[in-house]
Amino acid sequence: MSDARLPERDRPWVMRTYAGHSTAKESNELYRRNIEKGQTGLSIAFDLPTQTGYDPDDELARGEVGKVGVSVAHKGDMHTLLDGIPLQEMNTSMTINATAAWLLALYMTVGEENGIDTSVLQGTTQNDIIKEFLSRGTYAFPPGPSMRLIADMIAYTVDEVPKWNPINICSYHLQEAGATPVQEIAYALSTARAVLDQVRERVTEETFPRVFGRISFFVNAGIRFIEEHAKLRAMSQLWRELGRERYGVDDQRYLRFRYGVQVNSLGLTEQQPENNVIRIVLEALAVTLGRNVRARAIQLPAWNEALGLPRPWDQQWSLRIQQILALETDLLEYPDIFEGSKVMDGLAAELMEGARAEMAVVEEHGGAVKAVDYMKTQLVESHRERVARIERGEQKVVGQNVYTTAEPSPLQAGEDGGILTVDPEVERAQVEAVERWRAERDEAAVRAALAELRAAAENESLNVMPATLAAARAGATTGEWAGVLREVFGEYRAPTGVEGAAAIPDDEALHELREKVDRLSEALGRRVKILVGKPGLDGHSNGAEQIAVRARDAGMDVVYEGIRLTPSRIAATAVQEGVHVVGLSILSGSHRELIPEVLRELREAGADVPVVVGGIIPPADAERLMQAGVARVYTPKDFELTRIMGDIVDLVAEHHSAAATA
Amino acid sequence: MSAARAAAGDPAELGRRLRECDRGAAPAALNVIEDRSARGRERTRKLLAEVSPAALGGEAGAHLVGVTGPPGAGKSSLLSALVGRWRELGRTVAVLAVDPTSRRSGGSLLGDRARIEHDPRDDGVLIRSTAAGTRMGGLAPPTREAVQALAPAFDLVVVETVGVGQSETDVEEVTDTVAVVVQPASGDTLQFLKAGIMEVPDVLVVTKADLGEPALRARRDLESALRALGSRDTPVVSVSSVPPPSGIDDLVEALDAHRAAIDLPATRLRARRLTALADFLAERGEAGLRALGGRREAERFLDSLHPALDAAALVGALEERASEEGGG
Repeated sequence: MSDARLPERDRPWVMRTYAGHSTAKESNELYRRNIEKGQTGLSIAFDLPTQTGYDPDDELARGEVGKVGVSVAHKGDMHTLLDGIPLQEMNTSMTINATAAWLLALYMTVGEENGIDTSVLQGTTQNDIIKEFLSRGTYAFPPGPSMRLIADMIAYTVDEVPKWNPINICSYHLQEAGATPVQEIAYALSTARAVLDQVRERVTEETFPRVFGRISFFVNAGIRFIEEHAKLRAMSQLWRELGRERYGVDDQRYLRFRYGVQVNSLGLTEQQPENNVIRIVLEALAVTLGRNVRARAIQLPAWNEALGLPRPWDQQWSLRIQQILALETDLLEYPDIFEGSKVMDGLAAELMEGARAEMAVVEEHGGAVKAVDYMKTQLVESHRERVARIERGEQKVVGQNVYTTAEPSPLQAGEDGGILTVDPEVERAQVEAVERWRAERDEAAVRAALAELRAAAENESLNVMPATLAAARAGATTGEWAGVLREVFGEYRAPTGVEGAAAIPDDEALHELREKVDRLSEALGRRVKILVGKPGLDGHSNGAEQIAVRARDAGMDVVYEGIRLTPSRIAATAVQEGVHVVGLSILSGSHRELIPEVLRELREAGADVPVVVGGIIPPADAERLMQAGVARVYTPKDFELTRIMGDIVDLVAEHHSAAATA
Repeated sequence: MSAARAAAGDPAELGRRLRECDRGAAPAALNVIEDRSARGRERTRKLLAEVSPAALGGEAGAHLVGVTGPPGAGKSSLLSALVGRWRELGRTVAVLAVDPTSRRSGGSLLGDRARIEHDPRDDGVLIRSTAAGTRMGGLAPPTREAVQALAPAFDLVVVETVGVGQSETDVEEVTDTVAVVVQPASGDTLQFLKAGIMEVPDVLVVTKADLGEPALRARRDLESALRALGSRDTPVVSVSSVPPPSGIDDLVEALDAHRAAIDLPATRLRARRLTALADFLAERGEAGLRALGGRREAERFLDSLHPALDAAALVGALEERASEEGGG
């Protein structure tokens, strides 16, 4: 047998589907079916209240309960969620960050109460707060205490739950926020460095190499799949370098670059959505082709993510991609097929050089925690460039800015429009359920546990994990746990990155738009003023940021308050700021509840301003919103920002002249 | 047309409501004041006449506070803590946050209000973001007028600007008390102070006290610079906006103490006169100023007018004078 073949076929990677919605019971049924279909690991999607530390009955949770994931408010929910799933064998990935310590504690508690030795539990908590500040927005506490929580968890799990990956450092969301491959590598590795520096103070010298070995990554792969593969080779090499040079780790086992992956959603289109399947397959190749840097776990998005929430069938289709790749093709029969490739080595070297330089800049800013402002501004800037390239047709997207003539997609012809809709009754049921839970538990035990938690949080030399576990066992809720920590640590609003974004280069369309804005401003007597806001808990602010920056470049005064705004805050801001138009962005599917509420609050506040909405909004919902009084609805297919701005300016002009003649 | 709109349409009514402390009138009043059209100017004059010292029977009761400092010094976080404390003390607060304007597009990103935490249902807090217009660090005329309009209706009117070095002058003109905010290890303010480029502010605030030693050092350096300049009484307050916030009570006290010590009518009179001059300048430019015989001459002329005249009346007097001089 030649060197060109492996002595035996490799075992496939862990196959997961990022899943969960509505209640713990419904999600549990979904998980069991997914396992029957051949899924080999669990990947739990939590809803936004759970991710940000609010109970279902909190004001901020309105419209979000059970939407983008499952609602888990206490250990009872976790028991239901995992019912019948053998935890001692399962490898579970939890996409959870600000409240990671809490959800791990709930998971461990369920294990304990089912008689499982928690030291055998395997899985991953995402737990990368820096990228939440940069991109995803589900943070809860300020940077300092957030980093301490992460360090506490790592220091605790390395001995108590040794097979657990306590943190999955995410370059994934950086790419979704517009990062270039160089930025993706540099910011993820800088984050890793910040985390390791912090943990080093909390563990012994002998333990530290094991800590290094437990750090894993969660990466992205975009459509430029050759370069994306080179990116992984570059990351792997830089990771070893970091381990050896900065931390003196020399055990090969601990130096391996271990990562899971979800491929790109940013590049998936609303137009001709069936094309997305092809994109997903190619992106999956980027993380599987070369054996030396093959992903250890994969989850693939569904073809319809730009339309709404995927249904079980859509997710099954994505799981089948993985299974065919691993089981039908000859992919797993060979050693690394790129070893010795000049092109691959050259690409990787190029990326490494760029990443080293960018990591040095982050260091100059005082490391990843202090450089959040800097990195955020860089990401907004890269994304702005990407959007502009697509707008100008320089970056081709089939079906979106080229070859747009197409037959109607039969995939969307069904009654459901090809997406999953969460029953709005779920929220009411969850609110009642959490109230019942609080009424039936041992209140004194919960109070005592929370007091213990507060004491641990206040004392920096203590680890919060034991007190967190005690609170989980006693029956405390997600909102109570996070509430105590919010009181001790304070709250935080991450930088928006928009203020430092460079102006886009002038082109004719923008020039005309600016003149239009100037003319309208003259007519209004003051500059056209727009409020851009994100109601609800959804932290995916990339779209809103790009709208805000483009509105400024068009010559408007832009009030941008960032994420997580209540409808009453949006209304109050619109009135106080005297804006001419309100632009709202929602991607979590909570538009049906939150947008009408914003409209109502605006009416009550006496604000007569047109409202436009952007986000992942199915046609039926768009119609409903227009009936409720929304002036315009924009979805991912509206990618030409300058045109959208022109449309908004016309809207303000119409509204103004109508008001003047009324 | 809705009832709210109809009411919002009458500038004198808005002025009267502000005079009677009806804070709900504030946003609509600011919309009028920001309107730079001829019609808007006329409406603004009517509105401001209702809140003039003559109409109020004296100076407005609000404490007018300027908060200024270089970008990144922590002004917004400080204001967030300060607004919270003032509200606990039962005081109502209006914040006019001034952001720079893009020279290229004319547009602005107004992001400061995001960092000032407050209950949106609390009508005791008003935050209005405005673009600075074309002058770096300066105040656009509407901001000066906004201060006058809001002064009868709020306990505090805060003007927050980005200032580095010389641009504090405008803020100083329209407010009673100026607090300059600096962060540790930023030598600029110290240099500007020593070189006399920057006037000694009423209160100096050093942020990020949680950093410990660097914050202490910054405070000591500023204090010794002030001593060297003979301003040993200027308070230097260390604050931290990171929980648990610290120094906020000291700052509230320092601001109150300054306000108690100044000659309020004289300060306000000066503010009105300088505002009138700025407004005149914005309308008529340097040529207008020359017609008055230069800045000093214009100030002397303003000083000769009756102290109870409001800014609009003062502008009128300047206009008249300029055309007389120009004609003669």
